[in-house]
Amino acid sequence: MNIHEYQAKQLFNAFGIATPESMIATSPQEAIDAAQLLKESPWIIKAQVHAGGRGKVGGVKLAKTLDDVESITQQMLGSYLVTKQTDDKGLPIESVLVEKTSIIKREFYLSLLVDRGSERIVFVASSEGGMDIEAVSETTPEKIISVSVHPAAGLQGYQCRKIAFTLGLQKGQFKALETIMKGMYQLMLDKDASQIEINPLIETDTGDLLAIDAKINFDDNAVATHSDILALKDPSQEDDKENEAAQFDLNYISLEGNIGCMVNGAGLAMATMDLVKLKGGKPANFLDVGGGTTPEKVAEAFKIILSDKNVKAMLVNIFGGIVKCDVIATGILAAVEQVKVEIPIVVRLEGTNASEGRLLLSESKMAIIAADDLATAAEKVVDLAEVA
Amino acid sequence: MSILINKHTKVICQGFTGKQGTFHSEQALAYGTQLVGGVTPNRGGEIHLGLPVFNTVIDAVSVTKATVSMIYVPPFFAADAILEAIDAGIKLIVCITEGIPVLQMLKVKAAMQGTDVLLIGPNCPGIITPGECKIGIMPAHIHQQGSIGIVSRSGTLTYEAVAQTTAYGLGQSTCVGIGGDPIHGMNFIDVISRFQDDEQTKGIVMVGEIGGCEEEETADYIKANVDKPVVAYIAGQTAPPGKRMGHAGAIVTGGQGTAAGKIAALKAANIHVVQSPTQMGEAMKAYFS
Repeated sequence: MNIHEYQAKQLFNAFGIATPESMIATSPQEAIDAAQLLKESPWIIKAQVHAGGRGKVGGVKLAKTLDDVESITQQMLGSYLVTKQTDDKGLPIESVLVEKTSIIKREFYLSLLVDRGSERIVFVASSEGGMDIEAVSETTPEKIISVSVHPAAGLQGYQCRKIAFTLGLQKGQFKALETIMKGMYQLMLDKDASQIEINPLIETDTGDLLAIDAKINFDDNAVATHSDILALKDPSQEDDKENEAAQFDLNYISLEGNIGCMVNGAGLAMATMDLVKLKGGKPANFLDVGGGTTPEKVAEAFKIILSDKNVKAMLVNIFGGIVKCDVIATGILAAVEQVKVEIPIVVRLEGTNASEGRLLLSESKMAIIAADDLATAAEKVVDLAEVA
Repeated sequence: MSILINKHTKVICQGFTGKQGTFHSEQALAYGTQLVGGVTPNRGGEIHLGLPVFNTVIDAVSVTKATVSMIYVPPFFAADAILEAIDAGIKLIVCITEGIPVLQMLKVKAAMQGTDVLLIGPNCPGIITPGECKIGIMPAHIHQQGSIGIVSRSGTLTYEAVAQTTAYGLGQSTCVGIGGDPIHGMNFIDVISRFQDDEQTKGIVMVGEIGGCEEEETADYIKANVDKPVVAYIAGQTAPPGKRMGHAGAIVTGGQGTAAGKIAALKAANIHVVQSPTQMGEAMKAYFS
């Protein structure tokens, strides 16, 4: 789960990580009030969306006067920001962060993440802040260092010092860096974050260390235990259909093609999309109905897929393990009756009670095309989508 | 032979009296698995499915001499269950549970260091040696005793590989679902090295997916150490970057963990990578005709 920058900064402050003074605004008037409260111009106005790369596309602007604050905020609120991390539609800007400017002497990169390779929580730091860290790791990997934290020992002073020395901090700044790193580590443990990123962490003209940007991702497996974090969820930043699917415990991801896919199992769902593409078609979505699915969930999955107007044909691919194919077939028939399906549906059922399931489908009056194997099913659905 | 489990393997179930634990224990017993008891705290002394229930894993181990535990415990209690099994001296832990917080898995992995305990999963279908021992949620009837070792990060794609190798008359020695989580137990290399040493296994099917770099590391390992035929399939070629594709571990981040990168690494190691998930059995059959 992602949260906004302003929410991440509030969490930072609660864990002792310093940020520039800032206030959130959802209207131009609120932005002006905020700027007046923060005093001295200029201010930075930052669009609050769940995507990086805002600066390059006008999502972060400098306001020198209160008139600037008003016009920039007016322009941003209600519009969509398209960055290299969003799709073509972009994400809606519903709030902006009004922030005091800082005089930047140096910029650093500092993040904390769960590293799959070493199976440890790892700090990553670089003297090249404010840039795309992936680009830094490609061009000048020697400028990135990492420090891995032992889960039993926890973060140690020498590890903070190692990063401080590498970043070239002065002696008086070591304590400040240690406070930031310990805050990040504690925040990760207490709130089940999976990644915390400060890019850039700046050194001001007075030598202070401030988090100018803040990004936190939370572990989806753990977020249910943190009601304070769950409350920060912003559905406007996510796909409508993905939100709806999540309510029914379905894994759905919207794509740009025209062939709807309904599959059980994440791996098989990915493989089905790949196969559709291999046969010359374009998948409209990823959808895993899960291992223990019911006719009701199948019906909901159908509705979500069909609410995508780009979908011209649909492929249902079920390998019944625990799930019995006749149960799935019943669900499909119920869904087709409920939602008045007007597009061709190709169904491949395999595994437990597959023949019973196929029989149910063939005996119904519904225009459902049964396929005996997955390759044939994919070919059929691609042909049908082309004709439609 | 087979790897890791066979008809002599004594198994207990943690979360024995729960809905999932009960259902899959019944299935395991019906398959012939030597399930010798189970654990549910505060239910010790009861009999469930004709088998003794224990309060703790250590009690279960000392009475039944089980060496393997299968875990069907809800996600927020599963790490505790794995740690209890490690503490009780279980040698192979099979954790089916999906949704364990990643920070808890880091603790589990740290606790496993310096021990010889093996963990399969979590978030996996389990392990089966056809005709001998089934530990997990896989549909039994698609399996057939035979010569192909199967290892996969995905449950349903394991079933595809199983059904195809059964249809081509090859059958399976042992099938291991290593799970879809980013932090997990046995990896491809742990399983494939055992298949290489196993006489019954004549060929290996490996099913990977986007995320992480285990497939790339496995490619190097196979090139240097494995002389049995390997057929590989990688799911997620059409997955958009930055999106988690159902499995917690199936995500492409910062250009890392793409299907294209994995396929290139496997091909560079002379491994037969099939383009379609429907070709795994056919490709393997070609080595034996």
